[in-house]
Amino acid sequence: MSIASVRYATLDAGRSYWGLLAVLAGMTLVGLAGFLHLEHEGHWITGMNNQVVWGIPHVFAVFLIVAASGALNVASIASVFGQVTYKPLARLSGLLAAGLLIGGLAILVLDLGRPDRLIVAMTYYNFKSIFAWNIFLYTGLLAVIALYMFVLFQPAFARWTRAAGILALLWRLVLTTGTGAIFGFLVARQGYDAAIMAPLFIIMSFSFGTAVFMLVLTAAGRGSGRVLGDALLFRLKNLLAIFVSAVLYFVLAYHITNLYATEHHGYEAFILNFESLYSKLFWIGQVGFGSLVPLALFYAPRTRTCRISTHVGAGLVILGGLIQMYVIIIGGQAYPLVLFPGMEESSSFYDGVIASYVPSIWEFLLGFTGVAIGLIVVVAGLGALGILPEDLSDPKPAS
Amino acid sequence: MLSVVALTAFSNASAEGLEPFVPKAKGEQCVEPTQVMRERHWEFILHQRDETMYKGIRTTRHSLKNCLECHVQPDEEGRFPRSSETTHFCTSCHVFAGIRVDCFECHADRPHEAYGAIPRHSRLSLNDLFRRRPIQ
Amino acid sequence: MSLDLTRREFLQGAGAAGALTLAPGVFLYAKDPEVPVTDAVRWGLLVDTRLCQEDCDACVEACNEEHNLEDLGRPETDAQWIRKLTVRDPLGGRTISLPMMCQHCENPPCVDVCPTGASFRRIDGIVLVDKHTCIGCRYCMMACPYKARSFIHENLTEQLPHAPRGKGCVESCTMCVHKVDAGENTTACAEACHKDGHQAILFGDLNDPDSEISKRIREFGATQIRADLGLNTGVRYQNL
Repeated sequence: MSIASVRYATLDAGRSYWGLLAVLAGMTLVGLAGFLHLEHEGHWITGMNNQVVWGIPHVFAVFLIVAASGALNVASIASVFGQVTYKPLARLSGLLAAGLLIGGLAILVLDLGRPDRLIVAMTYYNFKSIFAWNIFLYTGLLAVIALYMFVLFQPAFARWTRAAGILALLWRLVLTTGTGAIFGFLVARQGYDAAIMAPLFIIMSFSFGTAVFMLVLTAAGRGSGRVLGDALLFRLKNLLAIFVSAVLYFVLAYHITNLYATEHHGYEAFILNFESLYSKLFWIGQVGFGSLVPLALFYAPRTRTCRISTHVGAGLVILGGLIQMYVIIIGGQAYPLVLFPGMEESSSFYDGVIASYVPSIWEFLLGFTGVAIGLIVVVAGLGALGILPEDLSDPKPAS
Repeated sequence: MLSVVALTAFSNASAEGLEPFVPKAKGEQCVEPTQVMRERHWEFILHQRDETMYKGIRTTRHSLKNCLECHVQPDEEGRFPRSSETTHFCTSCHVFAGIRVDCFECHADRPHEAYGAIPRHSRLSLNDLFRRRPIQ
Repeated sequence: MSLDLTRREFLQGAGAAGALTLAPGVFLYAKDPEVPVTDAVRWGLLVDTRLCQEDCDACVEACNEEHNLEDLGRPETDAQWIRKLTVRDPLGGRTISLPMMCQHCENPPCVDVCPTGASFRRIDGIVLVDKHTCIGCRYCMMACPYKARSFIHENLTEQLPHAPRGKGCVESCTMCVHKVDAGENTTACAEACHKDGHQAILFGDLNDPDSEISKRIREFGATQIRADLGLNTGVRYQNL
């Protein structure tokens, strides 16, 4: 299929389409009911406390935001780097990014102690805060995606596609840098305070976003009777495999650097010694099932051309990504602050001990709500706009 | 039980003159004319809020704390109304006007004396309320 | 220089609650509640750990009572503005006890990271949360090196007039700003420590070279906790 001849079509709004939307809306409503309860009672009903102040909602939110940035990979490769194969998928890339971003932001807002003061967050800014910058970066990316989609949809503006694509690429790189910096800028925490957080989050976004894109593309194709070509799927898989390896490399560089400095040995032991829950999650969840198993599936001769293995691999990358977020966000807080290096500390306020955190149903509800909201945006977009090419099969050899 | 009494009192008052029930205040005269207060009290409180928060000015007459010192008074049984009840000065009007305020989610809704013990910070007492300062 | 001016003003009687003569040539700055705060003063606390007793938590109790920090029986979420910290040296086993609270940094990480500017440093050195603009994101709690902040996890109804606090906002030690603004020149913790006869906590103006706190720091020295972070804390410790 050549670009000029690509024809797009909305999804047929049949029974299964509306059924899916209804399920997602139901999930959102249940989640919002949970939010109202949380809002009424206060955060004591959650597992979050004065030691672990960010919990499961933030694991989901940061994952979705990071994945949103990465979902734009296909758009960037198509519009900036001129890869013709991906051009028909650029619209889906933009829509998925917008959906994931909206879902992630919704969780962050719903978890605030004072969500009723959203207007305050929009009118009072402290520009030294990376958080304040991120508010602009997140809402700005939505605007940039809207612009990019507009350009894609209007043939008259076709010559601006590359410019809009470059803007989106640069914007999302800054955005993911900002998201990583939320943790990288925390000078006092043993697990954070590292410049590598920013590039680590960028490469994580490439990986998670591509994995989500692959699964959504396949699901949308299957749901609408479009057959996704092997060549396209395996090309995405090869890309994902490189990203997964790159994430492993950055994680390795982070821990090697920390291991060299004796002052970080306590935290490194906490994450690496296979005794704490976080360490087991790190080795089994993030490194094992989240990285090595997918890599094996993607590269092993027997599975590299298997569609099911590819999808399982992408699913594992997503699971491993959530676990990685858990290890970074919760693990980084569970490890105590060091007020007196070299000394043993104890108090009534959990100084010197690993903080406990038991996630609650309310936090998972918030997380699922964000996922559901994101998917509603995607499904509604697919139904209302010509996002998906009519034909997803591999192009015939030119004759 | 008390709240039932309170509700009855409120509904009677509003039925008669279609006006909110306004509990009696302590002093003779408010810090501003009644009409000015009705229209602009929120501006005064908001302004004073930032003066107190950022500049540490705590004794001018427009502070929320000083409003409560006068306007929230005990009933015959010596009990001070809470902000959740319509006998509370602020709540009576705000329920009537249908405007929700969240001041009392954080701020005390009663004057010092309601806490039984002698106010620990007696120098921030009623005397300060009647010091006159020009409106900025 | 501005300090001298301020003190001269007080000598001239410009500030009503102005100067208190302790001894010839020694004047104590006290804030007039009507006058805006200035950066001529920097309020601080000095803790002498040798005088602090491990089994004593009078400062903690005084703070809890002063601000009505209730014990809700949920230690993981209950607010603690000040806590007693026991620090043991594994080499030799020397143990010291000290009160830990907001260190009122000159360059506070909580203020840097706050997206709305609710977390702020008053120009007289007291770090506060403007709960009118706090949205409860808890980023300041992530950033604070001293674990000084608490999030309010539930509805509160028994707040005191001088200590507003409520669900969904972050709070921490205010250096008893209501007392400071009233010119009382002390904090609940320092008062309680004095009453108990330990005198381990001293409140005062770090900018005034003649204040008791400045003189003690000058004579005996004092350290900052996590001095490596370069935050220039307003709470200093002796004999760590």
